[in-house]
Amino acid sequence: MSSNFGSMPLRYRISIDREQCMECGRCVENCPYGVFRWDGNRILINSRNCTACHRCVTYCPRDAIMLQEQPCDYRSHPVWTRSVRESIYNQARTGKIILAGMGSVSNLPIIFDHLMLDACQVTTPPTDPLREPVELRTYLGKKPSKLEFRQKPNGDVELSTELTPNLMLETPIMLGHMSYGALSLNAHVAMARAAKETGTYMGTGEGGLHPGLYPYQDRMIVQVASGRFGVNIDYLERGAAIELKLGQGAKPGIGGHLPGEKVSADVSRTRMIPQGSDAISPAPHHDIYGIEDLPQLVNSVKEATEYKKPIFAKIAAVNNNAENVAAVARSGVDAIAIDGFRGGTGAAPRVFRDHVGIPIEVAIATADKELRKQGLRNEVSLIACGSIRESTDVIKAIALGADAVYIATAALAAMGCRVCGNCYQGLCSWGIATQRPDLVARLDPDVASKQVANLIHAWTLEITELMGAAGINSIESLRGNRDRLRGYMLDEGLLEILDVKSVGA
Amino acid sequence: MCGIFGVMDKRRQMMDGSGIREALSMMNERGSGEGAGYVAYGIYPDYRDCYALHVFFDKACESKAVVDATLEQWGTIECDEAIPTCDQPNLKANCTPWRYFFRPDASLAPGSASPEKDVVTNLVMQINAGANGAEIVSSGKNVGVFKASGWPEDVADYYRIEDYEGYIWLAHNRYATSNPDLWERPDPFNLHDWSVVENGKTTTYGANRRYVESFGYNCSTGTDSEVIAYLIDLLTRKHGLEIDLAIRALAPSYWDEIDRMPEAEQKLNRALRFAYGSATMNGPFTVVAANPDMMIGFTDRGKLRPMVVGECGDRLYIASEETAIRAMEPCVESITRPAAGEPVIGRVAP
Repeated sequence: MSSNFGSMPLRYRISIDREQCMECGRCVENCPYGVFRWDGNRILINSRNCTACHRCVTYCPRDAIMLQEQPCDYRSHPVWTRSVRESIYNQARTGKIILAGMGSVSNLPIIFDHLMLDACQVTTPPTDPLREPVELRTYLGKKPSKLEFRQKPNGDVELSTELTPNLMLETPIMLGHMSYGALSLNAHVAMARAAKETGTYMGTGEGGLHPGLYPYQDRMIVQVASGRFGVNIDYLERGAAIELKLGQGAKPGIGGHLPGEKVSADVSRTRMIPQGSDAISPAPHHDIYGIEDLPQLVNSVKEATEYKKPIFAKIAAVNNNAENVAAVARSGVDAIAIDGFRGGTGAAPRVFRDHVGIPIEVAIATADKELRKQGLRNEVSLIACGSIRESTDVIKAIALGADAVYIATAALAAMGCRVCGNCYQGLCSWGIATQRPDLVARLDPDVASKQVANLIHAWTLEITELMGAAGINSIESLRGNRDRLRGYMLDEGLLEILDVKSVGA
Repeated sequence: MCGIFGVMDKRRQMMDGSGIREALSMMNERGSGEGAGYVAYGIYPDYRDCYALHVFFDKACESKAVVDATLEQWGTIECDEAIPTCDQPNLKANCTPWRYFFRPDASLAPGSASPEKDVVTNLVMQINAGANGAEIVSSGKNVGVFKASGWPEDVADYYRIEDYEGYIWLAHNRYATSNPDLWERPDPFNLHDWSVVENGKTTTYGANRRYVESFGYNCSTGTDSEVIAYLIDLLTRKHGLEIDLAIRALAPSYWDEIDRMPEAEQKLNRALRFAYGSATMNGPFTVVAANPDMMIGFTDRGKLRPMVVGECGDRLYIASEETAIRAMEPCVESITRPAAGEPVIGRVAP
């Protein structure tokens, strides 16, 4: 169908410094989007196809390629911004919902950046992590609120409380749920190896478990989502823990979406869906129409796996987050992952990604407070996710009440991802979010796993140093310890909700 | 900062307060002259069955009526009087210390295993949380806290503590960092049975406070010792932990140590850390605490603050400095310095 829009202004412009260029053609080989092509012995450029994935820039041996964002100005207008206008043109042309990849692009203030950490000075000595232990070991799962003892015949007292299974993490950083299908097998293998190396766990997402991941299954948290893709008893039994995905921060209230282009033969087998078909999971779980249905699902999964594995639930952070968390905490799950509105995604409707939900900082703080108020805090562990960008986000999330975090976009970036946001196209030039064999082959799992492990290791070291400076030598002493945070330029209402004092107080 | 001292006689032989005054003032280098306090067990034999409530009134004429009325609601006042004091030139009295001998109405806490203590706990929380110009500083049977802003000698002379005889004494020499003028701020802190003195400043005050407040306690002064007193009461009375396990919950072993323990012990210690992660105290501290039957001392697991233990005959001493023990017991028989995380538990003979 035609439109009168003609050529839209370029989003990115690629240019080649012809003095520097030696016509090696690496840009042509590397760009899967068709920006570069040979015309005789000259390289031509079609900037319109560019996604700013930086693959060409990275692989140009002469630094001859330059990328410019928004090279063509619109008339500036504070209300009718470029993105508003371009969305209108796009929808006027197509009549469709706009899909977007990666996390929210809303330019809203980030609360983490307005929280300052504490350090010890004279009244309390800092702990020196180079010379003294600082414990980051984290156990995820249900904990007793009280212990029971019984007297043995010889008079000795022994513990009679039975502990439910917990996951033991060497560091409170886990790799979040991104499915095989959304990601390549090499990306999954790389993250699984990194999880094993760093003593943590990785989520499968709702894409099933590829046999290539079986060697790492004791480090995998297998996800059961509303589409039930890839779920059978074998899948449940292989995981170290099972996560019921009830919601996702990037798109609260709707289900997952894997474009058919990414459903290769292997993905089809792993997900148990036809090759090339869109995998669209339903908005609700069709066996959960009310909170009282959730315990049934939790119990059936527990029955199926003989109560040997912790069961997690993941929810998106929305207005009545505290109530949702308290409801889920009563369902028998062992941990709740809360996904903030900045959470990532392979594909989500733009309006959901940028407008629905609440920040993870607020969601964790209100969840922790509500669970304590209702005496439920030990019933579940809390996992914060959705835009955990650096080690300080981890430590702030824990101080606000989380037990651990999931990182996802950060892990992708550690494998090379440039956050170009075109995951849904299935042409990821880095071999991460694609199923095209030649692109997947670009990601060497040995190299990528080392990079992900390095990131986790580096953050762990930074967390250790920050905790030591705050005079805290075990992670549970940081959890919910909001007195060690101060809010800088946050309004009074928000400070009250976070239960954090202002700087200077 | 701060110097602490505790002494217990295992056979309940009485000691008057003069020796404790002497011992505490030996550690004046650890204080700033802006706070000192004493607590003694066994001082009110005539009212041994009543809860002795030591109360500070900002203005006796206004606040006393509020406290009287509240106490009448929760039980019966057997007797009340101003705590005898003797003006000291270096002390600026800004409150009136009063004491009540009180019988709680156990029927107001039906179904409780320790109804009287529940009533007293509620009472203390209610009065201390209210903006009523009254602060209950101790609330146990046969026990009383005496504290004020000043050097240990002046505080002791102000309350004439040499006139009191007890079988357990704890004392605290404060290095003030905030509110030097508030008389309720120096240790000891007390909640019926338990009294606490601390040399330290935990890095987990907020986390511990949130935890203990979720069980109905209310921390009104912002000091570690108040939280610690409530934590010990919660863990031992409400959760039924033996004192050694309660100490281990507050100051647990490192995971590496737990991993090396025999299986049953490993399970127990893991369970303690699982259940009481939010009660765990971190940062530097030495705590000496007492109830009518025992005196305990424990440190953070790095032992960032000193703890010296002395024994002589029936007497057990725990102090920040050996010199304090020797001030009271020049011929002390044994002096030890427990390793980091190794608690000291002394029990009174049954």
